Amino acid sequence: MKTHWKILVVDDEEVMCESLAAWLREDGYAVDTAPSGRVAVEKAGQQDYAIYFVDLKMPGGMDGIETMMQIRRLRPEASIIIITAYATVDTAIAAMKEGAQEYIVKPCNPEEISLLVSRIIKVKNLQRENTILRKKLTHQYSAHDVISKNPRMRQILDLAAEVASLRSTVLIHGESGTGKELIARAIHTCGDRAQKPFVAVSCAALAETLLESEFFGHEKGSFTGATAQKRGKFEMADGGTIFLDEIGDISPKLQGDLLRVLQERCFYRVGGSEEVRVDVRVIAATHVNLQEAVAEGKFRDDLFYRLNVIEIGIPPLRERREDIPLLARHFVERLSHELGKDVGEISESALKILMDYNWPGNVRELENAVERALVTCRGQELTEDDFSFLARNGLASRPWSIPAGMTLQEMEKQLIAVTIERTGGNIKESAAILGIDRSTMYEKIKRYEIAR
Amino acid sequence: MKYLYVGAMAEVDAAAEDVICERLAMEFDAPVRTMELPAADFAYDAARRQYGSIPVLGALVERCPEDALKLLAITERDLFIPVLTFVYGHAQLGGRVAAISLARLRQEFYGLPPNQPVFLERALKEALHETGHTFGLVHCADRECAMSLATNIRQIDLKRAAFCASCAAHLRRRPREQGI
Repeated sequence: MKTHWKILVVDDEEVMCESLAAWLREDGYAVDTAPSGRVAVEKAGQQDYAIYFVDLKMPGGMDGIETMMQIRRLRPEASIIIITAYATVDTAIAAMKEGAQEYIVKPCNPEEISLLVSRIIKVKNLQRENTILRKKLTHQYSAHDVISKNPRMRQILDLAAEVASLRSTVLIHGESGTGKELIARAIHTCGDRAQKPFVAVSCAALAETLLESEFFGHEKGSFTGATAQKRGKFEMADGGTIFLDEIGDISPKLQGDLLRVLQERCFYRVGGSEEVRVDVRVIAATHVNLQEAVAEGKFRDDLFYRLNVIEIGIPPLRERREDIPLLARHFVERLSHELGKDVGEISESALKILMDYNWPGNVRELENAVERALVTCRGQELTEDDFSFLARNGLASRPWSIPAGMTLQEMEKQLIAVTIERTGGNIKESAAILGIDRSTMYEKIKRYEIAR
Repeated sequence: MKYLYVGAMAEVDAAAEDVICERLAMEFDAPVRTMELPAADFAYDAARRQYGSIPVLGALVERCPEDALKLLAITERDLFIPVLTFVYGHAQLGGRVAAISLARLRQEFYGLPPNQPVFLERALKEALHETGHTFGLVHCADRECAMSLATNIRQIDLKRAAFCASCAAHLRRRPREQGI
């Protein structure tokens, strides 16, 4: 979109200024004019322009070069094109030295000026896109945006911020879907490696030989199919962070290779003889208990201790239920926008269903559930009905953990209801499970008005 | 009732004027009237041996009839604006007047044998382009659209003598009082 880009034409000759401005406006740009360097600098101070066309010779003690230098002080990213009627090599060199992007001699060919502008705008568009994507990533993965009011999660985020600028390895453990990669990215984003790559590798997804090549790269011809040299993820992450997800799944050989990289910061590509040195911060994650794996001899203890310098354990969602409404409302807001839905609210009864559910798939499952509900939602608020799929699934695996704040009577009511649900409505079996006789069972069903 | 005026200077090829009048009426869905314009000698720049399109547009504003929706001038003189070596045409963006130069549309200008159909086709494209600017259309990214920017003759030849769907829709959205 050209109209997003503004151009400032600076020339003391009004006819020159206005004719170039008019010509650029026909091309769809928003164009301002300034009759002197002083006015141009004032305008540049008020707003940013994508391109400044500045005439070299202007009266009033402020020529094109001086104007350009002052604009560049205000707008270091400005693209400035110097225009002159008197071209000499010296002036061109002087202009370019002081930071002019281009130097054109008037009158110039329309094709030249058109190509020049479109080339600069193309670069500006790419820069803007890059900035937006970077901001999006930073926003998405900033520690401040991890949604939680759970004290344990707040401690984790504080720890993530504290260790962000260290080089020490971090081991994150937590169930699937708890956001291990999110925390890893938050550590990366908050630290001084933020502008460098963050490379994530899922160790569970690949076979040993492929994973070795994925980690360390390979030389051409090192194995069948290695038709060219390939850089590994460690090389790609040089200067930044590598996130090794499901580290517990790697083979004993790779555990040894990885230990060497952690100790010596260098490795060989598969089939290569040249040592490759890297500066990479390693963050590993696992959903299995690595200490148990070490005890069972499945995981090298020396590697475990190397990885476990800073340990972060992320609690499952069922242990931080107070976060469920916050997360649900956040997902409704974000996903309704992404899905083009006009849904802004989530009802209390729907939230109750979400609070009662066990969430074996943790935050990822909650996000998916909200997305599914949004897809089928017909109104402007997600209701209990929109989560009926969850209620059906959830009852079968309903948790026995009791949310704090519940009365004994309410707990008894829920326990009886869940037991009846699990036995398929068999009162005799339910009573036996609960350790009460059938008559007491019937009495409680009646008292609590439990549906059978 | 408002009219699209086409004002040709005396030296202008009559066939070009006719084909432009006919096509403008169709494309802009408005009745066309012709008017004769004096030669553009007043806009001559001796140093450049060309004619300034800015004074030409200024004169057109003075001469624009009251019942004119737009006025398009056709000249054989080579036009320029100060910052550029030449222009094929010039218009007031969203204004009432525009001008096109036929000087660089002939094959002879490029040392080639005359080709009247090619010349007329180019003249038509430029007329649509500059008149389109007066209706507020800016350059179109579709290289085949009459509103795409042409800075050389090859780019004019690549265009079609018609608006793309998007530019045509923009024209249709103009208020009725503008005659479209």
